[in-house]
Amino acid sequence: MNKPFAITLDVGSSLVNHTGSWRTSRPLYVDRLPPCNNACPAGENIQSWLFHAEEGNYRRAWEEIMVNNPLPAIMGRACYHPCETSCNRAKLDSAVNIHAVERFLGDLAIKEDWTVNVEAPPSGKKVLVVGAGPSGLSAAYHLARLGHGVTIMEAGPVAGGMMRFGIPTYRLPRAVVEAEVQRILDLGVELRLNTKVEDIAGTMKDGGFDACFIAIGAHLAKRVDIPAPDAGHILDAISFLHKMETEAEPPKLGRRVVVYGGGNTALDVARTAKRLGDEAVIVYRRTREKMPAHDFEVEEALDEGVTINWLRTITQIDEGSITVEKMELDASGCPRPTGEYETIAGDTVVLALGQNVDTSVIARIPGVTMSRDGVVEVSPNMMTGHQGIFAGGDMVPSERTITIAVGHGKKAARHIDAYLRGAAYQAPPKHELASFDKLNTWYYSDADKMVQPALDLIRRRTTFEEVMGGLDESNALFEARRCLSCGNCFECDNCFGVCPDNAVIKLGPGNRFAFNLDFCKGCGICAQECPCGAIVMIPEDI
Amino acid sequence: MTEQSYQRVKFYQTGTLTVGNRLLDEVNRTVQASMSRSNALTSGHRACQGCGEALGARYALDAAMRATDNQLVAVNATGCLEVFTTPYPETSWQLPWLHSLFGNAAAVASGVAAALRVTGRSHVRVIAQGGDGGTTDIGFGCLSGMFERNDDVLYICYDNQAYMNTGVQRSSATPPTARTATTPAVGPEPGNIFGSGKDLPRIAMAHGIPYVGTASVADLHDLEAKVTRAMGLHGARYIHILVPCPLGWGSDPADTIRVARLATESGLFPLFEAEYGEVTASTPIRRQVPVEEYLRTQQRFAHLFKGDSPDVERIAALQRAADRNIRTYHLLRSAGDER
Repeated sequence: MNKPFAITLDVGSSLVNHTGSWRTSRPLYVDRLPPCNNACPAGENIQSWLFHAEEGNYRRAWEEIMVNNPLPAIMGRACYHPCETSCNRAKLDSAVNIHAVERFLGDLAIKEDWTVNVEAPPSGKKVLVVGAGPSGLSAAYHLARLGHGVTIMEAGPVAGGMMRFGIPTYRLPRAVVEAEVQRILDLGVELRLNTKVEDIAGTMKDGGFDACFIAIGAHLAKRVDIPAPDAGHILDAISFLHKMETEAEPPKLGRRVVVYGGGNTALDVARTAKRLGDEAVIVYRRTREKMPAHDFEVEEALDEGVTINWLRTITQIDEGSITVEKMELDASGCPRPTGEYETIAGDTVVLALGQNVDTSVIARIPGVTMSRDGVVEVSPNMMTGHQGIFAGGDMVPSERTITIAVGHGKKAARHIDAYLRGAAYQAPPKHELASFDKLNTWYYSDADKMVQPALDLIRRRTTFEEVMGGLDESNALFEARRCLSCGNCFECDNCFGVCPDNAVIKLGPGNRFAFNLDFCKGCGICAQECPCGAIVMIPEDI
Repeated sequence: MTEQSYQRVKFYQTGTLTVGNRLLDEVNRTVQASMSRSNALTSGHRACQGCGEALGARYALDAAMRATDNQLVAVNATGCLEVFTTPYPETSWQLPWLHSLFGNAAAVASGVAAALRVTGRSHVRVIAQGGDGGTTDIGFGCLSGMFERNDDVLYICYDNQAYMNTGVQRSSATPPTARTATTPAVGPEPGNIFGSGKDLPRIAMAHGIPYVGTASVADLHDLEAKVTRAMGLHGARYIHILVPCPLGWGSDPADTIRVARLATESGLFPLFEAEYGEVTASTPIRRQVPVEEYLRTQQRFAHLFKGDSPDVERIAALQRAADRNIRTYHLLRSAGDER
């Protein structure tokens, strides 16, 4: 042994000293549920597709949307984006303009002719879908991708349902609907138009179908009895919008149109009438705050020159004039009559008071039950009281939006798939919500929202051109990069950088990180400095 | 003097506020974001949980290793950093490293630089490092001499504002009102008194040396830019890095970076650079906070908030010190300059 004076040991590395034994709690990487994903009625994994869009990988982002929703270009226009209402970024500056990015991706996919493939092997099973609205199309798409043979029977002359008959062209151009519907049909889905199914059980038997998904929507307009001694001109909103779509000439309304109701459909009718060159007045029995229509639609309608009479009910319709009664809200917010009347000019009254389900066909199916308000009752797996017959969309109890309908279609498809395979579908457990308090917002750059261009007002009042424009590529990329990636690692390297003990292992792009528990002392800096709240500290068993 | 140590990237989700960012070019990410960083101070060291000094030393030396293509020697003063990295016979250092005495790190480093020069290896660069005790008190004479001779050494002080290794005694870097073992929170002037201590970065500047910088473990991009800049120069250079000490400050180990961030965002610890005695750049405050927010994170200031009424007088005096820094170093810029 030849060592210097007073040296008896060889130089060693501190790596032999496993400081992990000091630890009383350990860090753990988690994926939390971002509030946008949580709020999406179609179950889109929004944070995930934005993650790909942030990198400019638009194809991958679009494919991620398509896992859950076959209609991105439509959704980006017509969905009321509850994702944005719940977006954590709204608490910093303003919500990420998610729908605009979705629309950008959807439009790009149409432009580039992107398609998805059926990867599942053919199951040999056949499913009948009744109704080619958003719910039926969504179910057909998912069933086709799961390997089943699908036939859609649609009573009307075109596919799209409420996407055509409920949403005017200035909000949703029909070329977009056609392109996204065609993509679903290209998966091998058969569409039979002008085919009203009168006997579902019989049709299933004759066609050899193993299961059925009914999504015929709610097309019957609700009516109220209003005295009309001179037989004034009264229409309902749904047949008016239906005629707009199917007839060569728009229906004649008269110079001054009074729309009765406060929902989105009322606004659609008023804005359509305005574009046809008529005066449009909305009569609604409560206040703007209580209006079920979305505020941005009210704002757009007012911009376009629609006038709205709040706190009024129609009591009599005469030739050229309409009698309305003033209302007031009681303490609980319900409208009550005041006994004061006034007269407004009007040639046509359009009733936009909601829709009911046409139950004539369904009521004949043995085992199917209706709830008191005329919608079809389904179990949590979307099945009606009749084995193998499922239902979704506007005809089952829920809110009525196209996004919810698409979500029903997906959910039903998963349960139908399980049913056909003799199994039960188990939804994966939900992660804990990534609420705002889980974020370390210091790390996010300040960045204002990119707004979509809007058509100028003159053209909005006179034409049916689309009101909102799309984002261009640079704006869409910027907007995607405003995403905070709540609750899901976006590989910012913070944990890797801030560990005083080098106890975080970087696994390389796309592979995230791991903890080296031999050395982690459990200080918790990584969890504290993680911008998106993707690390938790859990106690060790001591 | 509106410049800053490095060009901030304004957007891309987190811009340059995080350690890395997959949306940025490699050059805009930190050395610490790299899988091939040298880890000059590696795992298994015996620093406390959440040690700011262990973090600061790795940040600085990894940046210096990259800047010198790993041709680097480090000389260490006695202190926590020396003790927790080299319990005989283990070492956590993955570069040539030398320790002599508490007070002579600057002198030893001068000697190492001279030896490298006369043996024709001046491309090997020298860093001396120590805590605030070894720098501002015990090693101050040697350090001033190194500055005065303009020896080719970068001296880095990891400032945790007291003698932590020996049981949290006051140093000349301990801030006013802070409680230490030797400045207890009792009597009419609890904690460390006002009007004492040294502002070492300004003393270093007074020597007219090529480079002086202050940095914090809370702003990694800024810290690395300063070390890289210093290693690009020759002669005597000095960098003073604020490193929170959970043990001595009585802060939560998980809060080390947050506490350091509050120190700079309140203005109590200004981040600036100076060349040949003149301030050339400072890092603006991004979201200003009152000093109280910083003080409340630490038990050593707990006496300021004890009982029914906070010690408004002393808190106001600390706020005045922060405000003075903000004025002196131009730390609040208009909204247009904001990152």
